[in-house]
This record gives sequence, structure tokens and C-alpha cells, in this order.
Amino acid sequence: MSSAHQTRRDFLYIATGAVGAVGAAAALVPLISQMNPDASTIAAGAPIEVDLGPIAEGQVIKVFWRGKPIFITHRTKKEIDEARAVKDNELPDPESDAKRVKQGKDQWLVLVGICTHLGCIPLAHSGDYQGFFCPCHGSQYDTSGRIRRGPAPKNLPLPPYEFVSDTRIKIG
Amino acid sequence: MSGPSTYQPTNGFMRWLERRLPIGGLIHSSFVAYPTPRNLNYWWTFGGILSFMLGVQIITGIILAMHYTPHVDFAFKSVEQIMRDVNYGWLLRYVHANGAAMFFLAVYVHIFRGMYYGSYKEPREVLWILGVIIYLLMMATGFMGYVLPWGQMSFWAATVITNLFSAIPGVGEPIVTWLWGGYAVGNPTLNRFYSLHYLLPFVIAGVVVLHIWALHVVGQNNPTGVEPKTEKDTVAFTPYATIKDAFLMVCFCLVFAWFVFYLPNFLGHADNYIPANPAVTPTHIVPEWYYLPFYAILRAIPDKLMGVVALGGSILILAFLPWLDTSPVRSGRYRPLFKQFFWLFVATCIGLGWLGAKPAEGIYVILARILTVYYFGYFIVVLPLLGIFEKTKPVPNSILDSVLHGDVPIGASAPPPTRTGA
Repeated sequence: MSSAHQTRRDFLYIATGAVGAVGAAAALVPLISQMNPDASTIAAGAPIEVDLGPIAEGQVIKVFWRGKPIFITHRTKKEIDEARAVKDNELPDPESDAKRVKQGKDQWLVLVGICTHLGCIPLAHSGDYQGFFCPCHGSQYDTSGRIRRGPAPKNLPLPPYEFVSDTRIKIG
Repeated sequence: MSGPSTYQPTNGFMRWLERRLPIGGLIHSSFVAYPTPRNLNYWWTFGGILSFMLGVQIITGIILAMHYTPHVDFAFKSVEQIMRDVNYGWLLRYVHANGAAMFFLAVYVHIFRGMYYGSYKEPREVLWILGVIIYLLMMATGFMGYVLPWGQMSFWAATVITNLFSAIPGVGEPIVTWLWGGYAVGNPTLNRFYSLHYLLPFVIAGVVVLHIWALHVVGQNNPTGVEPKTEKDTVAFTPYATIKDAFLMVCFCLVFAWFVFYLPNFLGHADNYIPANPAVTPTHIVPEWYYLPFYAILRAIPDKLMGVVALGGSILILAFLPWLDTSPVRSGRYRPLFKQFFWLFVATCIGLGWLGAKPAEGIYVILARILTVYYFGYFIVVLPLLGIFEKTKPVPNSILDSVLHGDVPIGASAPPPTRTGA
């Protein structure tokens, strides 16, 4: 084995090794990708429509979209006022209540009901802020679903949704 | 595994086999003639107990897999069917469920024994790290097994633990979706956990082989921490260690059987007899007892990412123990200050375990923070500094000396030996 000069054989060794490495890396793609949501799971994640008519003021209903609980809250005047009374910059994750609802639909708050800490489902109308309280690790959310206290880093997320009529929304 | 074998097969077939596959010689030199320090105490029998528990879990697990259905609609029902309809199904499931707890009980004794007698120190670093890897694999296996009955605790344990990965900045969410195989914990999650729960015990068995191999290369540590020097320091593995291991294994099985037959659900949670419901989180979710100290550390930190980092760090720091302990004296027996800090560490782990089961509020959080500081402080402050400042007691010249003359080394300025002869 002479290291002084490269031979044709050295080139062949390295080229063979490189092709082998690329092949092995390519073989990992299907092995890893199969773990991601499959076609039927993605298909089942299509948008859903919800009729808001039967939801009384002060009531929170839970619907499922993509296996996640979605909270639809018909907020009272008091709850809206409480959410608007706080200064946004005093919040751990600053966001104004007006940005968390659709314009002119202040009473309808639509949230993904999954605590942003470790994924438990918060309880509605509980906690120090009378918003949402997560029983797992004590995160407290206000009547806008914004994190106020506890280990959760972010506000309860908003799912993509739109009003198809005055009393119907489409989530997804 | 330790030098050329002295094995002389007397039987004709074994002689024939030995020239073709020297398995008899391997077994003989590893588990019969293998020299073990003559002063090993009962804390050293837990390695054997752990091997036994791995066997129990694999055998009962394979049988349970014959009756279990890994599907969200049938998993809970199939477990109840095992309990009610399958012949001896109740026994096999209780042995498996309590076996996991006993397995962890034994591994904690084994780890603390290693920490007290300095079994992680040079030249046993690789042996120790292989042990840490086995422990991590055990945690993963135990967690995934707990998900399989698909009760409320199963479902929410799966949700909380997989969500730990969502704390990773940037790629957290895609990783969690990838782990779930969906947008929430669901059937794909249950399926893959079942597959991995079946696989991992065999991976553990493989690493256990490496662990024992490494052990047989460097030899066992012993309560004095002094390496065997002559043949008089050791006895043959069989019968001495074999019988001692077997005796404590029987005692251990008595405790195991007491749980299986008299308190089979004592270590579980009533909530796990409620089928999984993705719409409702139980008001008080706690992991199995053997994860509680780490759960307390997670909850002690008010920040999500840092909580997860602390949780991971509290386990991974064990792998660095050989380099964090700077003392030249191996065994805690001759380290008066270390002893106190060690027992305080044991108490801290038990305290964290207790706090992990309490709600995360008020005084419990404050206590958990104090104990978390000591947990990490033990590794990164106490152990490195003790090696510099501690005045250790004299170490015996040999294991034989320690056995025959107590712990007073010959030639040391100490009172004359009180025990002589053996």
C-alpha cells in the first residue's frame, strides 16, 4: 500500500464506497417516511362544518377535527370584556383578543383544545382566569385562550376556520 | 470470556462439540470457573435478579402477545379478555405488569449499589455506560408497554410523553406527527408502540450480553473497591455466587409474588381501567412510580423547553458519572463525606418520586425545585469537589486482608485487628 500517489484502484474504492453510502441513505427514506400520517389519515383530516345555532351563550362545545378536540366557545359579554381588559404586552405570549376571533364575531372563540405544554385537554370555565385550566401541569388560560400562568409556552392555537354563513363555520 | 479456558470435557460428545463450537468452554469459564471477589455482599446479587426479570418479562410478554389485539377498538377489550377468559390470563398479565415494577425496583438497587461502591470508575466506564443504555431502553420499553392496554392513563401517558418532543425548537411538531403517524395519538401510534414494545426487550438482551462481556473483561468490583490481586481474593462463580444469587432471587420472588397475588393493582392506577377517551384528560395524571422522580424534575421547571432538557439531562448525566467523580478512592466505604452526600442523594431521589405523584402546585413545586437542584448538584458540584477536598480513610491492601482483618490495613496506624482467622 503506497500512499505516495493515488492509483486507479483508490479511485474505484472511493467511488464504490460513495455509491454504497448514497444507496444506504436513499433506502432510509421509505423506512422513515412510512411513519408519517398515511393517505387515509390525511384524507380523514378534511374540513368539517359545524352549526353554531344550538350553542347557547356561555356554552363550550367540543368537536373533533384531525383527531384533535376543537373548542367552540360562545362567549358572554363579560368574558369578552375580561379578555379585552388586559394589556397585551403583559401576557407571556402577547396577542390581542381581537386577533383571535373573526371580525364582528367577537362572541365566537374557536380553539384547538390541546394544552401547548404537553398536550392534555384543558377544562373550560375553570382556573384563576375563568378561561381554561389544564389539570396535568397547572397551566391557566384566559377567556381568550391565552396562556396566563403555568408551564405552557404559548396560547391555545387557533385552527384554520371560516364562517360559511352567520351560524355555520368550516374548520380546516 | 476471560482468557483461555481450562474446561476439560469428560463426556465424549462434549469433547467432539468443543473442537467444533467451544460453547461448553465459554459457559464454563464465564459462569462456573469465573473468579468472583470473595467479599461480594447481597447488593451484588441484583445483576442476576435483573437477568431473571428480563426472562420473566420476555416469556410472559410473548404469551400476552398471543391474546392481545393492538387496535384502538379492541385493545382494551382484549386485555379484559385476557383477565377474564384466557386460562391463567389474569396471572400472566399480573406477573407481567408487576414484573415491570419489580424489574425497575431491582435496577434501582443495582444502580445505587454501583454508585455507592464506585463501580463506574476506571476501568469500568464502558460497563457503566452500557448499563445506562440498558436503563434507557428499559424506560422506553416500560412506557410503550403501559400504553398497550389503551386505558385513560395509557392514552394520556402516550400523549404527554410524545409531546415532550414538541419542545424541540423548529422541528418539534413534525417529529411529534411522525411519532404519532397522525395528527393525534391514535391507532397508528398504538400499532407502532406494540411493534417496538415487542422488539426492545430483545435489544435489551443484546446490550445485556455486551454488559456481561464488559464485566467479564474488567472483572467485578467489590465492597472494598480493591481489585483482586491473588487467587485468595476470589472464589469460583459456581457454586459460591450462583447459590448466593439464587438465594436472594428466591427472596425477591417472595416480594414479587406478594404483589402479584395480594396487591396486583397497588402499583397501577384505577384510571387505566377506564377505556381511553381522547376528549377527556383525567384530572390527575401521573406516570408509573418508577418514572416519578424524573416527572417531578420536569414539572419543577416552569419553562417547557428547559423542563424537557432537565428531564433528559437528569438521565443522561449518569453516563458522565465516571468522569464527574474525581476521587481516587473507589468504594464509598472509605469515603466518610461521600457517604453522607450519597445517602442524601438517595433520599432526594425518593423525595422527588414522592413529589412526582403530588399535584404540581404550591409547596410541592418549591420542594421539587430544591430537590432538583441537589440532584444535579450531586453530579456537577459535590462529586467533582469531594475528590479534591475529602480526606478518605485508609484502603485495605487486598480483599483477603479486608475479609480476615476487618477494614484495617496492615501497617496503618490504627488499633489492632479485633477479628482474626476465618
